[in-house]
Amino acid sequence: MPDRFAGRLTALEMFGNYAYTGIWLLIGVGFVLVTFWFASLIRPQRPNPTKLENYECGEMPLSASYLQFNVKYYIFALIFVIFDVEVVFLFPWAVVYNSLGLFALIEMLVFLLILIFGLAYAWKKGALQWV
Amino acid sequence: MDLIDIGITVGKVVIIFGALMGMVAYMTLFERRVIAFIQGRIGPNRVGFQGLLQPIADAVKLLFKEDVTPAGANKFLFAIAPMLSFIPTLLTIAVIPVAESSTIFGREVDWIISDINIGILFVLAVTAMEVYGIIIGGWASNSKYPLLGALRASAQMISYEVSLGLALVGLLMVTGTFSMTEIVAQQSSFLQWNIFKQPLGFLLFIIGAFAEVNRIPFDLPEAEAELVGGYNTEFSSMKFAMYFMGEYAAMISISAIMVTLYFGGWQGPILPSPIWFLLKVGAFLFTFVWVRGTLPRFRYDQLMRFGWLVLLPLALFNIFITGVIMVL
Repeated sequence: MPDRFAGRLTALEMFGNYAYTGIWLLIGVGFVLVTFWFASLIRPQRPNPTKLENYECGEMPLSASYLQFNVKYYIFALIFVIFDVEVVFLFPWAVVYNSLGLFALIEMLVFLLILIFGLAYAWKKGALQWV
Repeated sequence: MDLIDIGITVGKVVIIFGALMGMVAYMTLFERRVIAFIQGRIGPNRVGFQGLLQPIADAVKLLFKEDVTPAGANKFLFAIAPMLSFIPTLLTIAVIPVAESSTIFGREVDWIISDINIGILFVLAVTAMEVYGIIIGGWASNSKYPLLGALRASAQMISYEVSLGLALVGLLMVTGTFSMTEIVAQQSSFLQWNIFKQPLGFLLFIIGAFAEVNRIPFDLPEAEAELVGGYNTEFSSMKFAMYFMGEYAAMISISAIMVTLYFGGWQGPILPSPIWFLLKVGAFLFTFVWVRGTLPRFRYDQLMRFGWLVLLPLALFNIFITGVIMVL
């Protein structure tokens, strides 16, 4: 065997560590479920129609609850997707940056400038203005 | 893997989980007492010595409260939303090294639940999931205030997540690794702390952290004056408590992450390593409360403008300047 894999984690070690994350997750879920179950044993349960109404400052609820909301939320979500993908591309670059040097910096600057141009365009179009 | 290993793992998990839950409980008391001190009041001091039993009294009260599910709510989503906000926060704790590795029964024990080599990516992925608990809870309530609170929360969290991620890119360029244990090992002395290599990056990270955990000045999702309680208006009993535990656990975990990434983790002279870790985390928790006692709340348009037009360009500038300095 060539020592291509020397110094790397073996599959068992890696999944072993994720297994601990899994155990931790199970403990968290278990804790939450046990708390809810225990509370359901000891708390009172006396519902009535008034109690089950939605809270609207004591008034009778008016109209449907799923109201229309500002379309800006969608626009921000779209811009977020673009920049989050950018961050994902930046991570591998950042980790090995030390051994890449000037060329990598210029490459990334070109990439970032395109996105900064996009941000400036969105700003100019008023997509980043809330009101 | 034999009996001793299993025993050590179980002990480790129990100690870290217990410490976290204890901190969550006493953080509520700590916050109330410190806020009271800042505002010139006394705060809760009646239950036990100096109010030390107050968290237990609160927990018992919440356990005995009736659990009301509004008539039009989606029952399944309404029930799981509080868990979804609490569990991801808990998961982030798993990749944080809390103390120096020690020898127990002849075994080397690393005081970290799972030492995965992509710790930072794991933290980012899991903290991003916290928003689901909030938006599902707000939507499933079938009520107006929670829906508006949930929408605000999701827009705010995704806006600040971008600058949070970009702030970490600067840190990754300096450290060259995703592993939390290695990052702590690199910061062995005071002057090697990453805060001195990434001052602007840390500033961006801490602002993003405040926005991610919905604390003042970024607590728009639960702005009492306009949205009653925000996304948790319709929640009562243990479900409400679970949201609150999630928020406090998020504060503790993000403080622990900042300590690990920028302030040398558990490293420190003389005192044992867990004490150093707790002291540093405690300093950040105090900062959270201190800021709450000092600053007013942002207006929503200010919040979005600040996130996209100030933090995002600054984060990109931070990457640029870090890259230039490292090449020179």
